[in-house]
Amino acid sequence: MLKYILRRILTIPLLLLGVASVAFMLSQMTKGDPLAALVPERMMSDPAVVAAIKAQWGLDEPLPVRYVYYMGNLLRGDMGTSFTTRRPVSTDIAERLPATLELVVAAMIVGTVVGMGIGLVSARFRNTAIDGAGRGFALLGSSVPIFWSGLILLYIFSVRLKWTPGTGRLDARTQPPEGITGFYTIDAALAADWPVFVQALSHLLLPALVLGWSVTGIVARLVRSSLLESLGQDYIRTARAKGAPEHRVLLGHALPNALIPVLTVLGFTFAYLITGAVLTEAIFSWPGIGSYAVSSARSLDYPAIGGVTIVGATAFLLANLVTDLAYAWANPRIKLQ
Amino acid sequence: MTDGADIHPTARKPGAWRAGWARLPLTGQLGVMILLFWAVTVVTVQFWPLAEPLDMVGRRLQPPSGDHWLGTDALGRDVLSRTLHGAVYTIPIAFAVVLSAVTIGSTFGALAGFFGGWVDAVIMRAADVTLSFPPILLAMTVAATLGPGLQNAAIAMVIVWWPIYARLMRAQVLEVRTREHVEAAVAGGAGRMRVLTVHVLPLCWTPTLINATMDFGQVALLAASLSFIGLGAAPPTPEWGSMISEGAAKFYSWWIAFGPGMAILSIVLAASFVGDALRDIFDKRSVE
Repeated sequence: MLKYILRRILTIPLLLLGVASVAFMLSQMTKGDPLAALVPERMMSDPAVVAAIKAQWGLDEPLPVRYVYYMGNLLRGDMGTSFTTRRPVSTDIAERLPATLELVVAAMIVGTVVGMGIGLVSARFRNTAIDGAGRGFALLGSSVPIFWSGLILLYIFSVRLKWTPGTGRLDARTQPPEGITGFYTIDAALAADWPVFVQALSHLLLPALVLGWSVTGIVARLVRSSLLESLGQDYIRTARAKGAPEHRVLLGHALPNALIPVLTVLGFTFAYLITGAVLTEAIFSWPGIGSYAVSSARSLDYPAIGGVTIVGATAFLLANLVTDLAYAWANPRIKLQ
Repeated sequence: MTDGADIHPTARKPGAWRAGWARLPLTGQLGVMILLFWAVTVVTVQFWPLAEPLDMVGRRLQPPSGDHWLGTDALGRDVLSRTLHGAVYTIPIAFAVVLSAVTIGSTFGALAGFFGGWVDAVIMRAADVTLSFPPILLAMTVAATLGPGLQNAAIAMVIVWWPIYARLMRAQVLEVRTREHVEAAVAGGAGRMRVLTVHVLPLCWTPTLINATMDFGQVALLAASLSFIGLGAAPPTPEWGSMISEGAAKFYSWWIAFGPGMAILSIVLAASFVGDALRDIFDKRSVE
C-alpha cells in the first residue's frame, strides 16, 4: 500500500515534466507570429527594432537553449511574461486563481449536494416517475452545453426575473473585500461586511449552479447505483426484519456504505469542473484563470496560455492523485498493481 | 454500427435489424432516430425549402414568428436555417474526429498491448502525459498554436481523444492475448502480426465501439465549445458554437442561441442514449 502511494506520488513530477515539455513544444510550433503581438505594425519593417524585440523576449536563441531556459524558469515559478498584459504570467494567474477556486468549490458543493439528493431519491423510488425525472435532470446537466445553459439561465434569472445580479464577482461599483483567502464570500464574512457578503454570494449563485449542474449527473448516478447495491445486502434485510422504518434503513444503514465510492469520485468531479470553469467564466465574465485562458488563446498569447495549461494540468493531476489514493484507502480490496 | 456486423458475418440472420431494434430501450430508439435525423439533414439540407443561411432575409433581431420559426439574428439571417445548416459542420467533424481518434488510438493501444516492452512504455507514457491535461485546455492550446479554424480544432480534438482509445484497446488486447485460442494459434506457428490481426483484434472492439458512440456527443460538444471561444469556425459560418457566441453578444435576443444550443443538446443526449443501449446489449456478451 505504502509502495503504491509512493510510486503514485513519484510519477507526478515526471508527468509534469512531460506536460511542461508539451507546453513548450506547442509554444514553439505556433503558426501565428508572436512578434505581431509585440511589435507595432509600422515598426515591423525596421530590422533593428525587430531584432531588439526578439532579443528582449529571447526569441533569437536556438531551440534547445530556449527549452533549458523555459524549464529553469518554470522551476522558479517564472512562466514568462504575458504578451498582452505585459506582466508576469505567474502574477496574472495568482491574482485570478482565487476567483476560479471559489467558483469551483461552490460548484462542487452544489454538484455534490444536489447529486446526492437526486441519487438518494432515485434509489428510494426506483423505477418510478420520480426516479425517471431525477435521472433525467441529472443527465440533462451533463449533456447541456454549459456556455448555453449559462446564457439561458442568465437571461431568465437576471434579465427577466431580476432575481440574480448580472455577470462578474461583484456589482460594478463595489470595492472587493480585503482578505487573505481571495474568496470574496469568505473574506466579506470574515470582515463582517454583510452587504458585500450577500452581494458576492448572489453573484456566485448562478455560475455555481450552472457549473455544479454539469457534475450532478456523475454524482447522482454513482449514489443511486451504489445505494441500490447496498440495499441488496444481507444487513439491510436484517435491519428491515428488525422493523427499522424505511427512511432509517436508507439513511442509517445503506447510505454510509454507499458513500465510500462517492467520496472517491469527488476528485474526478473536481478535475471535470476545471474544464467546465473555463466556459462558465467566459459566459459570466468571471475574472478567473478560465476567462484568462480564453482571452489569451484568442490573442495567441503563448506564455499566458501555456502557463494556464500547466497550472490546470497540475491541478488535474493532483485531483486524480487524490482520487486514486482515496479509492485505494476506501476499498483495500482493489488490486494495486 | 455496421462494423460489428462486418466482423461477425455469420451472426447476421434475416430480420436481424428488426430484432436488434426491438431490443433497444425506448431511449436508445429515440437516440438512433435523432442521430439519423441529423445525418439525413447533413446530406439533404441544401435541398430543403429554407432561407439561405448567409443571406439577410428579414428585419434584424426579430423574435420567433410564422415566417422565421426561430427568429432572425443580428444581421437579419434566419436562425432556423442557420441551425439546420450548422449540422453540416459539426456532424462530419465529430464523426471524423472520433474515427481518427479510434484509428490512431486503437492502433497504438494494440501495438502497446501486444508487443509490450519499450513499445508499450513509449506509447503509454505519451498517453499518460496527454491525459494529464484538462481536455479543454489542451484543445485550446493546440488550436491556438495551429491557428483558429475548424480543421485545426479537429486536429486538436484528435490529440485530446486518442489516448482514451489507446488505453481501452491496450487493456482489451492484454486480456484477449492470454486466451487459449491465441495460445493455440501461436503453437500452430502463426506469425505475430497474424496472431494480432486475426486472432486478437476481432475480439477487442466492443468497448471501443461503445465508447466511440458516447464520445461522438462529447466531441460535438467540445467542437462547439472551441468555436464558442473563437478557436473553431470563423464568424459568418453557421456553426453552432459560434452562433451561441453571437447570441451571447446579443444577450436580450435569446432566440439566437436557442436553436444551436438545442441542436448540440440533442446530439449529446442521443449519443449517450445509443451508447448506453449498446453497452446494455453487448456487455452481457463480452463480459464473461
